[in-house]
Amino acid sequence: MQSQNSTNIGLDNSAAPRLWVTRHADYLYKYALTRINDQELARDLVQETFLAGLERLQKFEGKSTERTWLTAILKNKIIDVYRKKASAFVNEPGMTSAEQETDDFFEPDAHNWKPNHRPAEFGIEQTDLLESKEFELILQKCLRKLPSLWLSVFTMKHLDDEPTDIICNDLRISPSNFWVIIHRAKLSLRECLQKNWI
Amino acid sequence: MDELTKIAYNCKKATYLIEKQDIGEITLREKLELKIHLAGCRVCRVFQQQSATINRMIRNMLHRPVDENIKLDDKFKNELQHLIDEQLDK
Repeated sequence: MQSQNSTNIGLDNSAAPRLWVTRHADYLYKYALTRINDQELARDLVQETFLAGLERLQKFEGKSTERTWLTAILKNKIIDVYRKKASAFVNEPGMTSAEQETDDFFEPDAHNWKPNHRPAEFGIEQTDLLESKEFELILQKCLRKLPSLWLSVFTMKHLDDEPTDIICNDLRISPSNFWVIIHRAKLSLRECLQKNWI
Repeated sequence: MDELTKIAYNCKKATYLIEKQDIGEITLREKLELKIHLAGCRVCRVFQQQSATINRMIRNMLHRPVDENIKLDDKFKNELQHLIDEQLDK
């Protein structure tokens, strides 16, 4: 255990797996949870990340910090979860379901808003209301209501700013499916906010 | 109806283009179509503003520093620690 002392005080760039739980478990858990919204699954992913990290310990070269390295492993695991959801979605009979569902919002022929789905101003047009705790709770509640694939795409786009082609590639969905998903998610989310905030 | 008249009434397409423009790219023709639509459709103008704010809010919310309240419970952490120690001591 020659490196034990130096890793304990963090003076070198080698991995100190015995300290992972203390140093990184909460961070990784939070990282996973903001991206998949499922506590049980988030815990499993943290555990899998540590195990995968142990297996690859030799490959850790200290080029990035330990936390960055572990986070990259976790991120790939999260993308795997997303991908599974995506393949379930794309393989559904009539993948156009998201597209058809947008017809909940629009008249079938003219494609203008159905009267009871029309957006109305409710105070978020110019300024965001994130300082309002109540509003934020509603936003979170509305986000949780989105089907999981839509949430995956939305999160990758808005949280990690991934380019569209990377997301499509990671999730193995076509660009047109991507836009249908984004469109539908926004329509639902917006409507949910309006209904719950007014 | 010609194409441009059609888009003037097509809120479904307009909202689709709003999303596409906001986080990706739309063609010049699509830009023109959207402009024509928005000029005549107040409801979609509201949608556009709200949609942009929602994107901003979600970004802000997701990028916020780690919330101290979200933590793994100690029992699970102990289990993780045991698991790691076990693997290392194998």
